[in-house]
Amino acid sequence: MKKYSLTENYIHKFDPNKTTIGLSTEDLQVFYGDYHAMYDGNLQFPKNAITAMIGASGSGKSTFLRCLNRMNDDIATVKGKIVYQGIDINAPEINVYEMRKHVGMVFQRPNPFAKSIFKNIAYPLQKAGIKSKVELKERVEKSLRQAALWEEVKDDLNRSALALSGGQQQRLCIARALAMNPDVLLLDEPASALDPISTGKLEQALFELKNQYMIIMVTHSMQQASRTSDYTAFFHMGHVLEFDRTERIFTKPHIQATEDYISGNFG
Amino acid sequence: MNAKRIDKLATAVISLLVGVVVLILLSLIGYILVTGLPHISWHFLTSPSQAFLKGGGIGDQLFNSFYLLVLTLVISFPIALGAGIYLFEYAPKNWVTNTIRVAIEVLSSLPSVVVGLFGFLLFVVEFKLGFSILSGAIALTFFNLPLLTRSIENSLTAVPKLQREAGLALGFSRWQTVLGVIFPEALPGILTAVILSAGRIFGEAAALIYTAGQSAPILNFANWNPFSPTSPLNPMRPAETLAVHIWKINSEGIMPDASAVSAGASAVLIVVVLLFNFSARWLGNRIYRKITASK
Repeated sequence: MKKYSLTENYIHKFDPNKTTIGLSTEDLQVFYGDYHAMYDGNLQFPKNAITAMIGASGSGKSTFLRCLNRMNDDIATVKGKIVYQGIDINAPEINVYEMRKHVGMVFQRPNPFAKSIFKNIAYPLQKAGIKSKVELKERVEKSLRQAALWEEVKDDLNRSALALSGGQQQRLCIARALAMNPDVLLLDEPASALDPISTGKLEQALFELKNQYMIIMVTHSMQQASRTSDYTAFFHMGHVLEFDRTERIFTKPHIQATEDYISGNFG
Repeated sequence: MNAKRIDKLATAVISLLVGVVVLILLSLIGYILVTGLPHISWHFLTSPSQAFLKGGGIGDQLFNSFYLLVLTLVISFPIALGAGIYLFEYAPKNWVTNTIRVAIEVLSSLPSVVVGLFGFLLFVVEFKLGFSILSGAIALTFFNLPLLTRSIENSLTAVPKLQREAGLALGFSRWQTVLGVIFPEALPGILTAVILSAGRIFGEAAALIYTAGQSAPILNFANWNPFSPTSPLNPMRPAETLAVHIWKINSEGIMPDASAVSAGASAVLIVVVLLFNFSARWLGNRIYRKITASK
């Protein structure tokens, strides 16, 4: 494997007068026991944009993503700050359950509950305190439309979610996350278990969502990153080596490692 | 020898071994059923036992067995469920948790006669509960808890980790995640575990000999006052169960038809335990299919 400098990096900084930052991390470090998995997470995620995180397996991108809604709490030690709406949500006194309603997450493999399609979305809403049947119905329909699934399932919402195809299940999971009205949507390789057609539908749905949500997405697919995202971060061995506008990363990156990775000369 | 011949040989040996296991099981069950079933009649299943005369039944013993089973499950299921959920979701990974696990394993390997003697000393003598259904149920709880806790924990663990993450990522607390997401999916496994443990409880004798006692006082099935000594519902009366009855007939039975009663009672016991096992499989599969919507 080629050796790249881990200290040489290019992180684009935004002008706070021009771009609204929805979420940012400061010196985010992650340890699995003694293993140092993430060294220097210093990223700013602009609002109403899709940010893709690319890098080889084990580069720390999924680890980083899972920190953003504290899913690593019982698994790893996370140091540093995650600033969301002026608050450090990595602080121990934060109510993580409340915070996760603002920062939704969709996982690599579809994980619908073993309940009906309707219940998959309505159940978390009920748990969050929504009782009105009318409102539940409205929010189920709205989120299914947002996830581009409504037309396919509107006639049998009472069917078990596990009877759906993988691609439909994944869009259901996105709908389920959207129904909670989050600000931020974290996607951990959402299309890795899907076929190209389902992936296309998923990307289309994401594209339409970015007007209302801030999306941060881990992906292994270079094409997906270049097709869908506005910004791209390149991770390597627990370091963020480059962060910039996607078209810049894919045409003229600043760092040699990024260049090699996107052109396939890596490793 | 080439790989193909080795494979054939291994398959043959394994099939033979499986055949031996199945044969032993079938011949055992077959023998018990063939010798026992002819003695079973409605009269046999419903009338009280006789100590010296012919023609005694197993009615009271059968009732005692079921009553003890229900009482034991009522005590042990909530405890096992709580312990299983604790070990699955809340137990920190440290030496305390490890000690609990080792304790559960040791408890599950205790011979049931030891559990029975312990129950005798502690509940019957020390707590002055006497030979009673309650003493028996508590002793059986000790006997049942470890395996039930273990199987409930296993059922919960068998639900994919992703389901837990799905719940947490939606802002559920850990308790909400366990109760609303994981428990429903683990339900088929948990039900199967409970029914299988019911089979073990139903057939248990050694732990009951010194706790629930070996005598079957005359029961009046018209008397449903649980505080009356002749009421079948009274948990403080001694109660000989079916399994204990079989043991007793064979060790000191003096009725003229002892061997027939023993064979009939054994057949009933086996049939009930088999029913538990098959219904556990059936119910588990049925709920699983319903949950996963597979045909």
